[in-house]
Amino acid sequence: MDFNHTEDRRMISDSLRRYLAEQYDNEYRNKIAYEAPYHDASKWAELAELGILGALVSEADGGFGGDGFDISVVFEELGRGLCAEPMLANLMALRLYAAFGQSERVDGIIGGSERAALAVWETDAFSTLDDIAMTGGDKLSGRKTVVYGGNSADHLLVVARTAAGKFGLYEVAAADTETLSYAMIDGGGAAEIVLDNTSAKLISDDAADAINAALDAGRLALCAEAVGIMDMLRDTVKDYLMQRQQFGRPIAMFQALQHRLVDFSIEIEQARSIVILASSKLDAKDRALHIARAKNLIGRAGKLVAEEAIQMHGGIGMTWEYAPSHYAKRLTMLDAQLGDTEDQLRTVMELEHA
Amino acid sequence: MDLNFTPEEEAFRAEVRQFLKDNLPEELATKVRNGLEFTKQDIEQWHAILQTRNWLAATWPVEHGGPGWNATQRHIFDEERSLANAPTVVPFGVGMLGPVLLKFGTEEQKATILPRILDGTDWWCQGYSEPGAGSDLASLKTRAIRDGDDYIINGQKTWTTLGQHADKIFCLVRTSTEGKPQEGISFILVDINTPGIEMRPIRLLEGGYEVNEVFFTDVRVPAANLVGEENQGWTIAKYLLTHERTGIAGVGYSTQALIELKSLAKKLKRRGKPLAEDPIFMSKVTEVEIDLEAMRITNLRMLSGGGAMGTVSSMLKIKGTVIRQAINDLARRALGPAACPFPSEDVLGNLAVAPPEAANNAASYFNNRKLSIFGGSNEIQRNIITKELFMG
Repeated sequence: MDFNHTEDRRMISDSLRRYLAEQYDNEYRNKIAYEAPYHDASKWAELAELGILGALVSEADGGFGGDGFDISVVFEELGRGLCAEPMLANLMALRLYAAFGQSERVDGIIGGSERAALAVWETDAFSTLDDIAMTGGDKLSGRKTVVYGGNSADHLLVVARTAAGKFGLYEVAAADTETLSYAMIDGGGAAEIVLDNTSAKLISDDAADAINAALDAGRLALCAEAVGIMDMLRDTVKDYLMQRQQFGRPIAMFQALQHRLVDFSIEIEQARSIVILASSKLDAKDRALHIARAKNLIGRAGKLVAEEAIQMHGGIGMTWEYAPSHYAKRLTMLDAQLGDTEDQLRTVMELEHA
Repeated sequence: MDLNFTPEEEAFRAEVRQFLKDNLPEELATKVRNGLEFTKQDIEQWHAILQTRNWLAATWPVEHGGPGWNATQRHIFDEERSLANAPTVVPFGVGMLGPVLLKFGTEEQKATILPRILDGTDWWCQGYSEPGAGSDLASLKTRAIRDGDDYIINGQKTWTTLGQHADKIFCLVRTSTEGKPQEGISFILVDINTPGIEMRPIRLLEGGYEVNEVFFTDVRVPAANLVGEENQGWTIAKYLLTHERTGIAGVGYSTQALIELKSLAKKLKRRGKPLAEDPIFMSKVTEVEIDLEAMRITNLRMLSGGGAMGTVSSMLKIKGTVIRQAINDLARRALGPAACPFPSEDVLGNLAVAPPEAANNAASYFNNRKLSIFGGSNEIQRNIITKELFMG
């Protein structure tokens, strides 16, 4: 048993941490994260140059990573730096393109010249494929909702039902759709994608397993991002408690606050543990169970840490100007992405009962 | 990152499993499964069985009769022990006094005392807490005054677990009132049959008898029974608190309790369906299961050497006991009104309203409220972590 990362992973994690600390401060982040196009194409190119996208797929598929731990070290740093670039969208797209041997697209995304997004959810379908209503064919019609990274994608991977009752994966050029982009409340972009008899290229007519695997990679990424955010919040809360004086002393002297800091610090260690376990299971048979367990725990720990961080900062934690507020907001909202904590619990219970 | 055990570790696990299969008496396994009390003979029998392989004192080196296991081996043993429903080892001799003597004892103390712990000649108990010194242990008042070659001890200890079985007691006593309270404490060994000692039982809320008050009136103890230097007792006590304690998170315990809970939920019915199919109840079980899964990794991570030792064992203690208590609570509630009867021979036998393995669930729940109180309450653990968070 060894809980140390490999040299390669430490290097990518260090260089990403340095890059974000130097090039992506909170003020700048908030400027791009809330104004169209809700990300920065030049930063995206630099991240690609750093090899961040290549780390998300295996060597066989054209990258140089692709393991669960490759994904988690990258997203932990993206969390620590509160990066609003559409990395989640492109992670899932990369995994799908790789799964179906679309090496041209894989190369394009890894190189930073193209971006893609997974258009899967609908108004009443937010976590499982079974809820999806859109039907597939040469032309697609209907709406895909809250498509992460849909604001900045060149290609959309659309999930729709085939005539044979399977889940098909189709590629649509973003330019052919009506794309209504917006900022998310925690920064970064998403879009409503409206398809109206839009031309689509069939990539696979039986893609459910690959889509679920890509969604699980996305869930793992969100969990790791949460751990990076939580580490950051613990450190800022700790510093703030030592700095802030009330009643003539640092509020860190008050046990009511000390014990709450300890309690959420313990939950952060638990969160880190479950992400390590889930990372080790991304290619295992029981992947879905472990990913769902991780995201359930992350949802609970994240809510605790985010709410406590805001509360323990007092009024300052309520302000737009203060960076930790945005971390807390992101930590809260990522629970809603790809199935929230209750939804993951349903998955775990179904899988355990099966 | 590699979460797999090595082939050697897996072989060790198989060896432990086989040993338990061949040597664990069925009556003891049943008592563990059903949450029943052990007699002194039960525990002595189990200790003797383990010592046939030198497995009793898990943390001791080979030269002193231990197995010389590393932290991972101890973890594996603890996991297998729990899964087999084998009793835990009573820690006061092998887990507490042993490591103290190995670190602070004289050669003579090691040579005379350690073998008697291993062969069961001496049952040790602990004299730390006092009525006025619980979380604030350093304020203890039991006085030991030097008189020639002896100390004379006067005072009172409390919460002495299984003192009713003990031959000996190790105590923290005040040998000086100068300076800070921590600086005047000594660690001393006392024969329980010395004149002037009186042991009185304290009955616990669930009805059981496992702790005692111990009164000392002019108890004369040879000065040679001092461990370490005079006034070094606090250092020794702190060493014990932060000394690597593989089992402190109780992962094995909780794993076993959770298996029992899930199998119970399959037997019990609510509204015509097994409780195991009730989403409201099972969602709680599942979340505890997820917490325990994370705890298992947290425990292994911390054993493999991350973080400051005090913080590590305190974190493991807090979260580990919270999880164990949550499982106890669910097991009690799973029974509904069948948890109500006070455990007695009738209720556990022919009048049973609950499955036999669950008849003691409410009692176990109440008894295990102790987990977050003893060994340094969870609030004290939070203070320890706070110190390291802000100073470290």
